[in-house]
Amino acid sequence: MPLIEIADVRHVVGQAGARRVVLDELDVRLDEQRIGVVGANGSGKSTFARLLNGLVLPTAGRVVVGGFDTRSHGRDVRRRVGFCFTDPDAQIVMPTVAEDVAFGLQRRGRDRAEIDATVRRALTDVGLDHLADSPAHSLSGGEKQLLALCSVLVTEPDLLVLDEPTTLLDLRNAARIAEVVAGLRQQVVLVTHQLDLLDAYDRVLVFDQGRLVADDTPAAAVAAYRALMA
Amino acid sequence: MSDLALYLPGRSVVHRTAPGVKLALLAVLGVALVWLREPWQIALAAALVAVGYAASGLGPGVVVRQLRVLVWFLLALGLYQLWASGWERAAVVVGSIVVLVLAAGLVTLTTRTTDLTATLTRACRPLRRLGVDPDRVGLLVALGIRAVPQVVTIATEVRDAQRARGVVFAPRAYVVAVVVRSLRTAELLGDALVARGLDD
Repeated sequence: MPLIEIADVRHVVGQAGARRVVLDELDVRLDEQRIGVVGANGSGKSTFARLLNGLVLPTAGRVVVGGFDTRSHGRDVRRRVGFCFTDPDAQIVMPTVAEDVAFGLQRRGRDRAEIDATVRRALTDVGLDHLADSPAHSLSGGEKQLLALCSVLVTEPDLLVLDEPTTLLDLRNAARIAEVVAGLRQQVVLVTHQLDLLDAYDRVLVFDQGRLVADDTPAAAVAAYRALMA
Repeated sequence: MSDLALYLPGRSVVHRTAPGVKLALLAVLGVALVWLREPWQIALAAALVAVGYAASGLGPGVVVRQLRVLVWFLLALGLYQLWASGWERAAVVVGSIVVLVLAAGLVTLTTRTTDLTATLTRACRPLRRLGVDPDRVGLLVALGIRAVPQVVTIATEVRDAQRARGVVFAPRAYVVAVVVRSLRTAELLGDALVARGLDD
Protein backbone atom coordinates (compact mmCIF):
# COMPACT_ATOMS: atom_id res chain seq x y z
CA MET A 1 0.00 0.00 0.00
CA PRO A 2 1.51 3.39 -0.91
CA LEU A 3 2.19 5.77 1.89
CA ILE A 4 1.68 9.39 0.94
CA GLU A 5 4.07 11.87 2.51
CA ILE A 6 3.63 15.56 1.85
CA ALA A 7 6.33 17.66 3.46
CA ASP A 8 6.22 21.46 3.81
CA VAL A 9 4.45 21.91 0.48
CA ARG A 10 3.69 25.31 -0.93
CA HIS A 11 2.32 25.85 -4.42
CA VAL A 12 2.09 29.18 -6.17
CA VAL A 13 0.64 29.93 -9.62
CA GLY A 14 0.69 32.97 -11.91
CA GLN A 15 3.29 35.43 -13.10
CA ALA A 16 5.16 37.97 -11.00
CA GLY A 17 2.76 40.67 -9.87
CA ALA A 18 -0.25 38.35 -10.08
CA ARG A 19 0.93 35.41 -8.06
CA ARG A 20 -1.55 33.37 -6.07
CA VAL A 21 -0.79 30.88 -3.33
CA VAL A 22 -2.87 27.78 -4.08
CA LEU A 23 -1.49 25.59 -1.30
CA ASP A 24 0.55 26.57 1.73
CA GLU A 25 2.07 24.97 4.83
CA LEU A 26 0.88 21.54 3.83
CA ASP A 27 2.53 18.85 5.88
CA VAL A 28 0.68 15.57 6.13
CA ARG A 29 1.24 11.83 6.06
CA LEU A 30 -1.54 9.60 4.73
CA ASP A 31 -1.58 5.83 5.14
CA GLU A 32 -5.29 5.15 5.62
CA GLN A 33 -7.18 3.09 3.04
CA ARG A 34 -9.97 5.62 2.42
CA ILE A 35 -9.21 9.33 2.55
CA GLY A 36 -11.72 12.06 1.74
CA VAL A 37 -10.92 15.64 0.76
CA VAL A 38 -13.45 18.48 0.97
CA GLY A 39 -13.35 22.23 0.61
CA ALA A 40 -14.95 25.16 -1.14
CA ASN A 41 -14.30 25.91 -4.82
CA GLY A 42 -10.79 27.29 -5.17
CA SER A 43 -9.69 25.98 -1.77
CA GLY A 44 -6.80 24.01 -3.28
CA LYS A 45 -8.24 20.49 -3.06
CA SER A 46 -7.93 19.72 -6.78
CA THR A 47 -4.34 20.96 -6.77
CA PHE A 48 -3.76 18.69 -3.78
CA ALA A 49 -5.15 15.76 -5.79
CA ARG A 50 -2.91 16.59 -8.74
CA LEU A 51 0.12 16.71 -6.48
CA LEU A 52 -0.39 13.04 -5.68
CA ASN A 53 0.44 11.76 -9.16
CA GLY A 54 2.86 14.47 -10.18
CA LEU A 55 0.52 16.29 -12.56
CA VAL A 56 1.36 19.31 -10.42
CA LEU A 57 4.80 19.68 -8.90
CA PRO A 58 4.94 21.82 -5.75
CA THR A 59 6.71 25.17 -5.88
CA ALA A 60 8.36 24.21 -2.57
CA GLY A 61 8.44 21.08 -0.43
CA ARG A 62 8.14 17.48 -1.55
CA VAL A 63 5.51 14.86 -2.25
CA VAL A 64 6.49 11.21 -1.87
CA VAL A 65 4.15 8.37 -2.86
CA GLY A 66 5.15 4.77 -2.18
CA GLY A 67 8.71 5.90 -1.61
CA PHE A 68 8.95 7.80 -4.92
CA ASP A 69 9.32 11.56 -5.06
CA THR A 70 6.89 13.01 -7.63
CA ARG A 71 9.56 15.48 -8.79
CA SER A 72 12.35 13.04 -9.51
CA HIS A 73 10.35 9.85 -10.16
CA GLY A 74 7.19 11.06 -11.90
CA ARG A 75 6.89 7.98 -14.11
CA ASP A 76 7.24 5.58 -11.19
CA VAL A 77 4.61 7.51 -9.27
CA ARG A 78 2.15 7.57 -12.19
CA ARG A 79 2.55 3.82 -12.67
CA ARG A 80 1.26 3.39 -9.13
CA VAL A 81 -1.27 6.20 -8.95
CA GLY A 82 -4.44 6.15 -11.04
CA PHE A 83 -6.23 9.47 -11.53
CA CYS A 84 -9.88 10.14 -12.40
CA PHE A 85 -10.84 13.63 -13.54
CA THR A 86 -14.14 15.39 -12.82
CA ASP A 87 -15.09 15.45 -16.50
CA PRO A 88 -14.61 12.01 -18.05
CA ASP A 89 -14.57 13.58 -21.51
CA ALA A 90 -11.21 15.07 -20.59
CA GLN A 91 -9.85 11.67 -19.75
CA ILE A 92 -11.10 9.52 -22.61
CA VAL A 93 -8.32 9.57 -25.19
CA MET A 94 -9.32 6.87 -27.68
CA PRO A 95 -12.32 6.72 -30.03
CA THR A 96 -14.08 3.57 -28.81
CA VAL A 97 -14.79 2.15 -25.35
CA ALA A 98 -12.59 -0.96 -25.67
CA GLU A 99 -9.75 1.00 -27.28
CA ASP A 100 -9.77 3.52 -24.45
CA VAL A 101 -9.54 0.81 -21.80
CA ALA A 102 -6.73 -0.82 -23.79
CA PHE A 103 -4.76 2.43 -24.07
CA GLY A 104 -2.99 2.23 -20.70
CA LEU A 105 -2.15 -1.45 -21.20
CA GLN A 106 -0.63 -0.90 -24.63
CA ARG A 107 1.68 1.71 -23.16
CA ARG A 108 2.94 -1.00 -20.82
CA GLY A 109 3.93 -3.37 -23.60
CA ARG A 110 1.36 -6.13 -23.01
CA ASP A 111 0.62 -8.44 -25.96
CA ARG A 112 -2.60 -8.17 -27.96
CA ALA A 113 -4.34 -11.33 -26.69
CA GLU A 114 -3.62 -10.47 -23.06
CA ILE A 115 -4.86 -6.90 -23.59
CA ASP A 116 -8.10 -8.08 -25.26
CA ALA A 117 -8.84 -10.52 -22.44
CA THR A 118 -8.05 -7.96 -19.74
CA VAL A 119 -10.18 -5.29 -21.42
CA ARG A 120 -13.12 -7.67 -21.77
CA ARG A 121 -12.88 -8.65 -18.11
CA ALA A 122 -12.55 -5.04 -16.95
CA LEU A 123 -15.56 -3.88 -18.99
CA THR A 124 -17.65 -6.76 -17.65
CA ASP A 125 -16.71 -5.81 -14.08
CA VAL A 126 -18.23 -2.34 -14.52
CA GLY A 127 -21.12 -3.48 -16.73
CA LEU A 128 -19.95 -1.85 -19.96
CA ASP A 129 -19.04 -4.99 -21.93
CA HIS A 130 -22.04 -4.56 -24.28
CA LEU A 131 -20.67 -1.14 -25.30
CA ALA A 132 -17.12 -2.30 -26.11
CA ASP A 133 -17.19 -1.15 -29.76
CA SER A 134 -19.30 1.96 -29.21
CA PRO A 135 -17.85 5.44 -29.72
CA ALA A 136 -16.70 6.42 -26.22
CA HIS A 137 -18.17 9.88 -26.48
CA SER A 138 -21.63 8.64 -27.35
CA LEU A 139 -22.02 7.16 -23.84
CA SER A 140 -24.14 8.77 -21.14
CA GLY A 141 -22.41 10.79 -18.39
CA GLY A 142 -22.55 7.91 -15.93
CA GLU A 143 -21.26 5.41 -18.47
CA LYS A 144 -18.41 7.76 -19.39
CA GLN A 145 -17.35 8.11 -15.77
CA LEU A 146 -17.51 4.33 -15.35
CA LEU A 147 -15.38 4.00 -18.48
CA ALA A 148 -12.87 6.54 -17.15
CA LEU A 149 -12.70 4.63 -13.87
CA CYS A 150 -12.40 1.30 -15.69
CA SER A 151 -9.59 2.64 -17.91
CA VAL A 152 -7.66 3.65 -14.81
CA LEU A 153 -8.35 0.50 -12.78
CA VAL A 154 -7.33 -1.83 -15.61
CA THR A 155 -3.71 -0.76 -15.10
CA GLU A 156 -3.96 -1.95 -11.46
CA PRO A 157 -2.73 1.15 -9.62
CA ASP A 158 -1.95 0.93 -5.90
CA LEU A 159 -3.52 4.31 -5.21
CA LEU A 160 -6.58 5.80 -6.88
CA VAL A 161 -7.12 9.57 -6.79
CA LEU A 162 -10.61 10.73 -7.77
CA ASP A 163 -11.16 14.44 -8.33
CA GLU A 164 -14.90 15.07 -7.89
CA PRO A 165 -15.92 12.03 -9.99
CA THR A 166 -19.62 12.38 -9.19
CA THR A 167 -20.04 16.13 -9.61
CA LEU A 168 -21.52 15.86 -13.13
CA LEU A 169 -23.64 12.78 -12.40
CA ASP A 170 -27.21 12.18 -11.27
CA LEU A 171 -27.90 10.40 -7.97
CA ARG A 172 -28.16 6.92 -9.51
CA ASN A 173 -24.88 7.19 -11.42
CA ALA A 174 -23.14 8.82 -8.46
CA ALA A 175 -24.25 5.87 -6.32
CA ARG A 176 -22.96 3.43 -8.95
CA ILE A 177 -19.53 5.10 -8.97
CA ALA A 178 -19.47 5.15 -5.16
CA GLU A 179 -20.36 1.44 -5.13
CA VAL A 180 -17.53 0.57 -7.52
CA VAL A 181 -15.05 2.66 -5.52
CA ALA A 182 -16.20 1.11 -2.22
CA GLY A 183 -15.35 -2.36 -3.53
CA LEU A 184 -11.78 -1.52 -4.53
CA ARG A 185 -8.77 -3.04 -2.79
CA GLN A 186 -6.72 0.09 -3.58
CA GLN A 187 -6.02 3.02 -1.32
CA VAL A 188 -8.41 5.79 -2.41
CA VAL A 189 -8.21 9.57 -2.13
CA LEU A 190 -11.61 11.03 -3.00
CA VAL A 191 -12.08 14.77 -3.55
CA THR A 192 -15.80 15.52 -3.40
CA HIS A 193 -18.60 17.91 -2.58
CA GLN A 194 -20.95 15.01 -1.80
CA LEU A 195 -20.32 14.71 1.91
CA ASP A 196 -22.45 11.58 2.36
CA LEU A 197 -19.97 9.62 0.24
CA LEU A 198 -17.41 10.05 3.02
CA ASP A 199 -19.41 8.45 5.85
CA ALA A 200 -17.45 5.20 5.77
CA TYR A 201 -14.07 6.80 5.11
CA ASP A 202 -11.14 6.53 7.52
CA ARG A 203 -10.03 10.13 7.42
CA VAL A 204 -11.21 13.40 5.90
CA LEU A 205 -9.12 16.49 5.12
CA VAL A 206 -10.73 19.93 4.90
CA PHE A 207 -9.09 22.64 2.80
CA ASP A 208 -9.80 26.34 2.94
CA GLN A 209 -7.93 29.07 1.05
CA GLY A 210 -5.03 26.78 0.32
CA ARG A 211 -4.56 25.51 3.85
CA LEU A 212 -5.43 22.26 5.56
CA VAL A 213 -7.79 23.49 8.28
CA ALA A 214 -9.21 20.22 9.56
CA ASP A 215 -7.96 16.64 9.51
CA ASP A 216 -10.18 14.22 11.38
CA THR A 217 -12.76 11.46 11.27
CA PRO A 218 -15.54 11.99 8.69
CA ALA A 219 -18.08 13.19 11.26
CA ALA A 220 -15.73 15.68 12.91
CA ALA A 221 -14.18 16.92 9.65
CA VAL A 222 -17.54 17.35 7.93
CA ALA A 223 -18.85 19.24 10.98
CA ALA A 224 -15.80 21.51 10.79
CA TYR A 225 -16.40 22.04 7.08
CA ARG A 226 -20.07 22.87 7.59
CA ALA A 227 -19.13 25.38 10.31
CA LEU A 228 -16.60 26.92 7.94
CA MET A 229 -19.19 27.30 5.18
CA ALA A 230 -21.93 28.66 7.46
CA MET B 1 -21.15 13.87 -29.44
CA SER B 2 -20.80 13.38 -33.16
CA ASP B 3 -19.70 9.92 -34.29
CA LEU B 4 -18.15 11.36 -37.45
CA ALA B 5 -15.39 9.09 -38.82
CA LEU B 6 -15.46 6.78 -35.80
CA TYR B 7 -15.25 3.01 -36.21
CA LEU B 8 -18.54 1.24 -36.84
CA PRO B 9 -18.27 -2.49 -36.12
CA GLY B 10 -19.10 -4.90 -38.91
CA ARG B 11 -18.09 -8.16 -40.61
CA SER B 12 -18.08 -7.01 -44.25
CA VAL B 13 -15.25 -7.68 -46.66
CA VAL B 14 -14.12 -4.05 -46.20
CA HIS B 15 -14.02 -4.47 -42.43
CA ARG B 16 -11.99 -7.66 -42.81
CA THR B 17 -9.49 -6.20 -45.29
CA ALA B 18 -6.09 -5.63 -43.68
CA PRO B 19 -5.62 -2.02 -42.47
CA GLY B 20 -2.35 -1.80 -44.40
CA VAL B 21 -4.13 -2.60 -47.68
CA LYS B 22 -6.84 -0.01 -46.99
CA LEU B 23 -4.28 2.65 -46.11
CA ALA B 24 -2.23 1.84 -49.22
CA LEU B 25 -5.33 2.10 -51.45
CA LEU B 26 -6.23 5.40 -49.80
CA ALA B 27 -2.72 6.73 -50.45
CA VAL B 28 -2.90 5.63 -54.11
CA LEU B 29 -6.29 7.31 -54.50
CA GLY B 30 -5.01 10.50 -52.86
CA VAL B 31 -2.05 10.70 -55.23
CA ALA B 32 -4.20 9.82 -58.26
CA LEU B 33 -6.69 12.58 -57.46
CA VAL B 34 -3.91 15.15 -57.82
CA TRP B 35 -3.48 14.08 -61.46
CA LEU B 36 -7.12 13.72 -62.46
CA ARG B 37 -8.32 16.61 -64.61
CA GLU B 38 -11.63 15.50 -66.15
CA PRO B 39 -15.03 15.31 -64.41
CA TRP B 40 -15.62 11.78 -65.74
CA GLN B 41 -12.39 10.66 -64.07
CA ILE B 42 -13.61 12.05 -60.74
CA ALA B 43 -16.96 10.36 -61.34
CA LEU B 44 -15.13 7.06 -61.84
CA ALA B 45 -13.19 7.54 -58.59
CA ALA B 46 -16.47 8.39 -56.82
CA ALA B 47 -18.03 5.21 -58.22
CA LEU B 48 -15.16 3.15 -56.81
CA VAL B 49 -15.63 4.71 -53.37
CA ALA B 50 -19.38 4.11 -53.65
CA VAL B 51 -18.69 0.43 -54.34
CA GLY B 52 -16.53 0.40 -51.21
CA TYR B 53 -19.37 1.84 -49.11
CA ALA B 54 -21.86 -0.61 -50.61
CA ALA B 55 -19.54 -3.52 -49.84
CA SER B 56 -19.00 -2.27 -46.28
CA GLY B 57 -22.72 -2.31 -45.50
CA LEU B 58 -22.60 1.29 -44.26
CA GLY B 59 -25.82 3.05 -45.18
CA PRO B 60 -26.28 6.30 -47.10
CA GLY B 61 -26.89 8.09 -43.79
CA VAL B 62 -23.24 7.51 -42.89
CA VAL B 63 -22.13 9.06 -46.19
CA VAL B 64 -24.32 12.11 -45.58
CA ARG B 65 -22.91 12.53 -42.04
CA GLN B 66 -19.34 12.47 -43.40
CA LEU B 67 -20.13 15.32 -45.79
CA ARG B 68 -22.57 17.39 -43.76
CA VAL B 69 -19.88 19.33 -41.89
CA LEU B 70 -18.20 20.23 -45.19
CA VAL B 71 -21.29 21.49 -47.00
CA TRP B 72 -20.65 25.23 -46.56
CA PHE B 73 -16.96 24.90 -47.34
CA LEU B 74 -17.66 22.86 -50.48
CA LEU B 75 -20.38 25.26 -51.56
CA ALA B 76 -18.10 28.29 -51.20
CA LEU B 77 -15.24 26.52 -52.93
CA GLY B 78 -17.48 25.32 -55.75
CA LEU B 79 -18.95 28.77 -56.35
CA TYR B 80 -15.51 30.35 -56.40
CA GLN B 81 -14.18 27.75 -58.84
CA LEU B 82 -17.29 28.16 -60.99
CA TRP B 83 -16.70 31.91 -61.15
CA ALA B 84 -12.92 31.69 -61.61
CA SER B 85 -12.47 28.59 -63.80
CA GLY B 86 -15.79 27.26 -65.02
CA TRP B 87 -18.02 24.30 -64.14
CA GLU B 88 -15.57 21.57 -65.16
CA ARG B 89 -12.84 22.80 -62.83
CA ALA B 90 -15.39 23.35 -60.05
CA ALA B 91 -16.63 19.78 -60.47
CA VAL B 92 -13.09 18.38 -60.40
CA VAL B 93 -11.96 20.35 -57.33
CA VAL B 94 -15.09 19.81 -55.24
CA GLY B 95 -15.45 16.22 -56.45
CA SER B 96 -11.83 15.39 -55.54
CA ILE B 97 -12.33 16.63 -51.98
CA VAL B 98 -15.61 14.75 -51.61
CA VAL B 99 -14.09 11.52 -52.93
CA LEU B 100 -11.02 11.81 -50.68
CA VAL B 101 -13.04 12.63 -47.54
CA LEU B 102 -15.40 9.73 -48.19
CA ALA B 103 -12.54 7.34 -48.92
CA ALA B 104 -10.69 8.35 -45.74
CA GLY B 105 -13.97 8.01 -43.83
CA LEU B 106 -14.45 4.52 -45.24
CA VAL B 107 -11.04 3.51 -43.87
CA THR B 108 -11.60 4.90 -40.38
CA LEU B 109 -15.22 3.71 -40.23
CA THR B 110 -14.25 0.12 -41.02
CA THR B 111 -10.97 -0.14 -39.12
CA ARG B 112 -10.44 -0.16 -35.37
CA THR B 113 -8.22 2.74 -34.39
CA THR B 114 -5.90 0.37 -32.55
CA ASP B 115 -5.42 -1.70 -35.76
CA LEU B 116 -4.89 1.47 -37.77
CA THR B 117 -2.31 2.86 -35.38
CA ALA B 118 -0.56 -0.52 -35.05
CA THR B 119 -0.20 -0.63 -38.84
CA LEU B 120 1.09 2.94 -39.01
CA THR B 121 3.48 2.28 -36.14
CA ARG B 122 4.88 -0.76 -37.97
CA ALA B 123 5.14 1.20 -41.23
CA CYS B 124 7.04 4.00 -39.48
CA ARG B 125 9.61 1.73 -37.80
CA PRO B 126 12.27 2.28 -40.52
CA LEU B 127 12.01 6.01 -39.76
CA ARG B 128 13.27 5.40 -36.22
CA ARG B 129 16.86 5.86 -37.46
CA LEU B 130 15.85 9.37 -38.57
CA GLY B 131 14.70 10.17 -35.05
CA VAL B 132 10.98 9.50 -35.62
CA ASP B 133 9.18 7.74 -32.75
CA PRO B 134 6.73 5.30 -34.45
CA ASP B 135 4.60 4.97 -31.29
CA ARG B 136 4.11 8.72 -31.19
CA VAL B 137 3.06 8.72 -34.86
CA GLY B 138 0.43 6.07 -34.12
CA LEU B 139 -0.82 7.94 -31.06
CA LEU B 140 -0.96 11.17 -33.05
CA VAL B 141 -3.21 9.56 -35.65
CA ALA B 142 -5.44 8.02 -32.97
CA LEU B 143 -5.82 11.36 -31.23
CA GLY B 144 -6.50 13.05 -34.58
CA ILE B 145 -9.34 10.62 -35.31
CA ARG B 146 -10.68 11.06 -31.79
CA ALA B 147 -10.45 14.87 -32.09
CA VAL B 148 -12.60 15.18 -35.24
CA PRO B 149 -15.96 14.37 -33.61
CA GLN B 150 -14.93 16.24 -30.47
CA VAL B 151 -14.26 19.50 -32.35
CA VAL B 152 -17.49 19.07 -34.32
CA THR B 153 -19.33 18.72 -31.01
CA ILE B 154 -17.64 21.83 -29.59
CA ALA B 155 -18.61 23.78 -32.71
CA THR B 156 -22.22 22.58 -32.44
CA GLU B 157 -22.43 23.45 -28.74
CA VAL B 158 -21.02 26.94 -29.33
CA ARG B 159 -23.51 27.52 -32.14
CA ASP B 160 -26.38 26.31 -29.93
CA ALA B 161 -25.19 28.56 -27.08
CA GLN B 162 -25.15 31.56 -29.42
CA ARG B 163 -28.63 30.77 -30.70
CA ALA B 164 -29.91 30.33 -27.13
CA ARG B 165 -28.68 33.86 -26.41
CA GLY B 166 -30.33 35.25 -29.51
CA VAL B 167 -27.19 35.60 -31.62
CA VAL B 168 -27.81 34.53 -35.19
CA PHE B 169 -24.58 35.52 -36.94
CA ALA B 170 -21.39 36.41 -35.05
CA PRO B 171 -18.51 34.69 -36.89
CA ARG B 172 -15.69 36.24 -34.82
CA ALA B 173 -17.28 35.32 -31.48
CA TYR B 174 -18.02 31.86 -32.87
CA VAL B 175 -14.46 31.20 -34.03
CA VAL B 176 -12.91 32.56 -30.81
CA ALA B 177 -15.19 30.42 -28.64
CA VAL B 178 -14.52 27.27 -30.67
CA VAL B 179 -10.74 27.83 -30.66
CA VAL B 180 -10.61 28.64 -26.93
CA ARG B 181 -12.69 25.59 -26.01
CA SER B 182 -10.65 23.38 -28.34
CA LEU B 183 -7.40 24.58 -26.75
CA ARG B 184 -8.83 24.03 -23.27
CA THR B 185 -9.87 20.51 -24.29
CA ALA B 186 -6.39 19.87 -25.70
CA GLU B 187 -4.83 21.02 -22.42
CA LEU B 188 -7.02 18.66 -20.39
CA LEU B 189 -6.28 15.87 -22.85
CA GLY B 190 -2.56 16.47 -22.31
CA ASP B 191 -3.02 16.10 -18.55
CA ALA B 192 -5.01 12.91 -19.11
CA LEU B 193 -2.33 11.45 -21.35
CA VAL B 194 0.34 12.10 -18.73
CA ALA B 195 -1.90 10.75 -15.95
CA ARG B 196 -2.51 7.62 -18.02
CA GLY B 197 1.14 6.88 -18.57
CA LEU B 198 2.06 8.49 -21.87
CA ASP B 199 5.49 9.21 -20.47
CA ASP B 200 6.06 5.55 -19.49
